[in-house]
Amino acid sequence: MSETLPRVAIVGAGPAGIRAAATLIEAGLHPVVIDEGHSAGGQIYRRPPAEFVRTPEQLYGSEAAKARALHALFDRLAADGRLTHCAASSVVAVHEGRLQVLGEGGAQMISYDRLILATGASDRVAPVAGWQSAGVYSLGAAQIALKAQGVALGRRIVLIGSGPLLTLVGAQLVKAGADVAAVLDTSPWHRQARGFWQLATRPIVALRGLALRARLGGRYHAGVTLERIEADGKGVMAMCWRDAGGRQRLTQCDTIGMGWHLRAETHLADLAGCAFSYDEQWRQWLPKTDRMGRAGNGVYLAGDGLRLLGADGAEIAGRLAAAACLADLGLPAPCASADLRKLARLERFAGGLACAFPWPAAMVRALPDDAVVCRCENVSAADVRQSVDLGSGEANRVKALSRAGMGRCQGRYCQLAAVELAAVQAGCTPGAVGRFRGQAPVRPAPIGAFLREG
Amino acid sequence: MIAAGRIVRLAERDRTQLHFFLDGQTRTALAGDTVLTAMLASGHALRKSEFGPEWRAGFCLMGACQDCWVWQDEGPRMRACSALIAEGMRLRTTPPESWP
Repeated sequence: MSETLPRVAIVGAGPAGIRAAATLIEAGLHPVVIDEGHSAGGQIYRRPPAEFVRTPEQLYGSEAAKARALHALFDRLAADGRLTHCAASSVVAVHEGRLQVLGEGGAQMISYDRLILATGASDRVAPVAGWQSAGVYSLGAAQIALKAQGVALGRRIVLIGSGPLLTLVGAQLVKAGADVAAVLDTSPWHRQARGFWQLATRPIVALRGLALRARLGGRYHAGVTLERIEADGKGVMAMCWRDAGGRQRLTQCDTIGMGWHLRAETHLADLAGCAFSYDEQWRQWLPKTDRMGRAGNGVYLAGDGLRLLGADGAEIAGRLAAAACLADLGLPAPCASADLRKLARLERFAGGLACAFPWPAAMVRALPDDAVVCRCENVSAADVRQSVDLGSGEANRVKALSRAGMGRCQGRYCQLAAVELAAVQAGCTPGAVGRFRGQAPVRPAPIGAFLREG
Repeated sequence: MIAAGRIVRLAERDRTQLHFFLDGQTRTALAGDTVLTAMLASGHALRKSEFGPEWRAGFCLMGACQDCWVWQDEGPRMRACSALIAEGMRLRTTPPESWP
């Protein structure tokens, strides 16, 4: 490897990170890929540990060929020494062209000339009274447990939320033999129908979703109102909800999976100095870039951490971000026009999903005062509301006064709800409340890892 | 195998069995289990909440929420969802006395 080659660091080895790496390598670069997974693939194409025997077809269903292709591509590039793979490693800080990386071997600093962030997304969750109890998980967690461990997280499961993952995880659990008691969608049928024309831009994907939904049979209920999760000190006992007709229902269960589509993981983009704007469609703050994923200052974004388009969109965005990076370095870059056209189609489809399976703003706004909003530190809805009265309706004041967003997850799972509550209390829009500032380290880090001898 | 835990094994049951200790008691797990899977295969939770009366059993399973911290008799705190169980590992649901 030549000393004069520009150093490009990629954070994340999901579909976006892998495609970005391959595009850079084709142009002769040697990227460093830093990823929290033990092997590349991201959450969507996550690979189980050694000794597991299920095939990609069993693990990834209709997406098996894509998973196989990405895994094989990355493994070959790594084996040939065309990239440096820092596996099981977290980037905890970004500052002036350097990444602070924490891995199993301790902390290290990685310098870069250009940075591609492909940090993905996690479940967008909304608080439901009782959700701090043991046995409440994200939908993604239920899927990871099944895919990467071959287990169901409980003996009797209720899934709640809205979005493609709700149906998918439900169908996967049922197929694997788990006891799924109910799948409760907060989006009513008429709302789901509103996304129809946009969803029809990917007819096969849309039909596949409907087929999965059919497998859920009578377990699936649209337009529900989620009231509370009943639990004793040991964990979940039942889900209390009302059906679309307003009838009170109680479903016994020991486990709940929840999620309303996805929330982009943007902490590193924030630390890298990217600008953000409030996205009305996704009801969250997203980094600002051009169509290629160029954020400025040598930073590029790709995948669900930028635009929530799913795995196919992430592969395209990874190629585009790398192409932008190459062009900015004055190197020959692949033609982007076909990818940009595909991206536009995926964006129309994603717009349909956002419309059909919305964030449950009204449910969050109606949270009882004693419901927990931040499950890291059990900050209640009343604490958040009072913080607005004491201070102001600005997100970081709310955070400082209520402590919502200051716990161990650093606001990843409470921010959107806290902002929603603050907006009501302050009489403004969630966009006007603002967003929690990202703070390094973006993962809890033991101080000992950063101490130097002498 | 102890089967009274929260987790139900649906597939991949033919892996090497191994042993670990949880709060001093011997437990069994399968090679490739995460610490979270191993602990919840024979138990219902991972730790007590520091801010409420309830137990916690993890939440996101992808290293983002940090709900699943558990401790070892010797050595660092770990995220149970990301760390793999190892033969003879000595885990605890409460921090060691020396842990600040």
